[in-house]
Amino acid sequence: MTTIDTASPAAPAGARSPNVVTTFGAWITTADHKRLGRMLIGTGLVALLGIAAVGGLLGLERIDVNASLLNSGSLDQLFSIYRVGLAFFAVLPVMLGLGVAIVPLQLGARALAFPRLATAGFWTWFFGMALIVLSIAANGGPGGGASKYVALYISAFGVMLGGLTFIAISLATTVLTTRAPGMNMRRVPVFAWSVLVSSLGLVVMLPVAIGASIYLYVSYRYNRLAFGGNVGILDWTGFSLTQPQTFLYVLPAVGFMAEVVPVTARKRMPKRGFVLGGLALVGVAAIAGTTQLPHVLPWAGSKLYLGHFGTKLGDLVNYSFFNVVPVLGVLIVMLLAPLAFAAKKGSRVAPKITAPFVFGFFGVSMILVGMLASFLNGIVDLDLRGTVYEEGVYTYVAYGAILASLGAITFWGPKLWGRRLAEKKVLPLALLGVLATILASLPYLIAGFADQPANAVTFSYSGPHALWNTLSMIGHFLMVLTVLAYAGLAVQGFRTGELAGDDPWDAHTLEWATSSPAPDNNFAELHVVMSAQPLLDLKPSTDTSKTETA
Amino acid sequence: MLALPPAPAPAPRRQLFVGTALACSAGATLIGGMLALWLRFRKVAISGPDHRWMPKGISIPEVASNIMLLSFVAICIFAQWAVYSAKRDDKRHVGIALLLTGLLGLAVVNAQAAVYAQMDLPIRSTTGSAYGVMFYAITGTFIVFLIIGVVFSFVTAFRYLGGRTSEREIVTAHAIYWYFAAAAFTMLWFVVYVTK
Repeated sequence: MTTIDTASPAAPAGARSPNVVTTFGAWITTADHKRLGRMLIGTGLVALLGIAAVGGLLGLERIDVNASLLNSGSLDQLFSIYRVGLAFFAVLPVMLGLGVAIVPLQLGARALAFPRLATAGFWTWFFGMALIVLSIAANGGPGGGASKYVALYISAFGVMLGGLTFIAISLATTVLTTRAPGMNMRRVPVFAWSVLVSSLGLVVMLPVAIGASIYLYVSYRYNRLAFGGNVGILDWTGFSLTQPQTFLYVLPAVGFMAEVVPVTARKRMPKRGFVLGGLALVGVAAIAGTTQLPHVLPWAGSKLYLGHFGTKLGDLVNYSFFNVVPVLGVLIVMLLAPLAFAAKKGSRVAPKITAPFVFGFFGVSMILVGMLASFLNGIVDLDLRGTVYEEGVYTYVAYGAILASLGAITFWGPKLWGRRLAEKKVLPLALLGVLATILASLPYLIAGFADQPANAVTFSYSGPHALWNTLSMIGHFLMVLTVLAYAGLAVQGFRTGELAGDDPWDAHTLEWATSSPAPDNNFAELHVVMSAQPLLDLKPSTDTSKTETA
Repeated sequence: MLALPPAPAPAPRRQLFVGTALACSAGATLIGGMLALWLRFRKVAISGPDHRWMPKGISIPEVASNIMLLSFVAICIFAQWAVYSAKRDDKRHVGIALLLTGLLGLAVVNAQAAVYAQMDLPIRSTTGSAYGVMFYAITGTFIVFLIIGVVFSFVTAFRYLGGRTSEREIVTAHAIYWYFAAAAFTMLWFVVYVTK
């Protein structure tokens, strides 16, 4: 069903100008998807600063195994909040925020489906997150000693996931029901498609973690033996922080990359159906991961024993779904990019490398490295389980997604704020971000092979462990610097930067057909869409190659 | 600004239907995941030294649990009756069907309370058995689904009887929700009350 929302009535002339209270109230109760998206992105990036700083502190703590900077009683909680926070405080909200802000515009819709459900989801997530931080600060959380706050942590974890599920339902419904007339599913913009796949996967996956946290809460309150008490929390909910589930969280980053490649190449995306299929494969892997949970909880991940290859067909199937399929999906997207850049004989169109493309390319490259590293993690013979190798994989994927999201903010910022960032200023931050990601992650991949244990500050192995942990610490703090510098440039650029114009990137999709910043209700009138690149069809000077119009 | 061709009037929306279906999918995986954990714990308990999952001296009140299942059959029929009547603009029958659906939902909540009273299952265990906490967690979660369904029935009835008879989609979405609840309870009934 391709439909579109009807316009809401305009404010009457002579209405009172808003004061502080009404402005504050409007932000709290907003049904404007652009505002809600900015709230999610902003809060997620602020949370990232805190989580990356925690990652840096944990790296610092592990430099010298004999010295202790942090309170030893709080280490379990710090390791936990790093894992939980990176995924659920930072990466997933930023990804969902981009979807909330941009997807209705891409679809030619005037609003998000169930906008108040999405707003309720934001506040539910926000208060869940705040309660988790409070409970950790009060010696609760995994491994915590204050029983009331351990219980608070468990319930807040479920509440937080519930909020994210609400947003995912709203986003998936938006893509399925509010597309512009003529926009069938094959014509849906690639980013919107990636958000749909991610949201559908989240709707299926997050409730499983909520169910586990319900059991944990009741068990912790009344019978601490059953689920392992305070130390068993991450055993039962930890699957949501491992691969392939985390791939689902970062899928919109890959979708952004696929969206920005043809704009940069100034051509139609070749083999667009394969790109959509590649993105869907990542979602399939995550859903496959969820369906296998009953067999593996407490989560041990997918396993492959190379020594028993012939007798472990079931393991091979699991391993393929968890590790090979998502890599294949992202590789399809990455490998089709050069096709978009390939010069056609007689073509007068030259690619234009932009800052969003550089951020997106580097970000998705980091995600791909994380996926490939995860590929090895499942091979039991390599003995990487329970080592910092897993932390390295997780950080690669998460920081790669954050890097791509900075590109997405640069790309779509003009549609949200009306101004564009100075590309020459933000471009170096992409390189700094890549350096930060590699430094924060790669040393732990190496240290994992040397058997440095995960979530531990005392260990002994041959090798320069001080060097690996120092490099990782520097990487985390460089990421803090990258995000802080980007935020500074963004605040300045989106307030006082150059006016963007309606279509500053010479782009292809519907969001660029409205004014910048997009007005209330997004579009003055409804449009009929005749292809996957409706704006490109109207530009005679650009690529006119055959499009998939079915 | 580039000018795209204007579109005709929008087609009817199906947002509520799709959104409800997605919410039901989320609910299905929540209950499905909890049942999967239930089965896992039961398997471990049965293979343990006592070879039993349910604590000694506890029995399932089969009459109440079977009545709950039968109530869901009736709920599905009444919910579909509401859809059927809404398509024919039969406001009176829609109202009756929705109110009966809601009341039966309340009856199922009451039956669950009766199950709790008759079982007299202690939630705290001295032996470390997870049965008590898992039983109350999973059935308690399902009660939340039931309460949401009852509220959904009464809201739908108020809206429809209040004159918004053109909004048939909410009646269909309401039926979808109760089908989901019936399917979820059927799984729960078989795993928790029948196979024990």
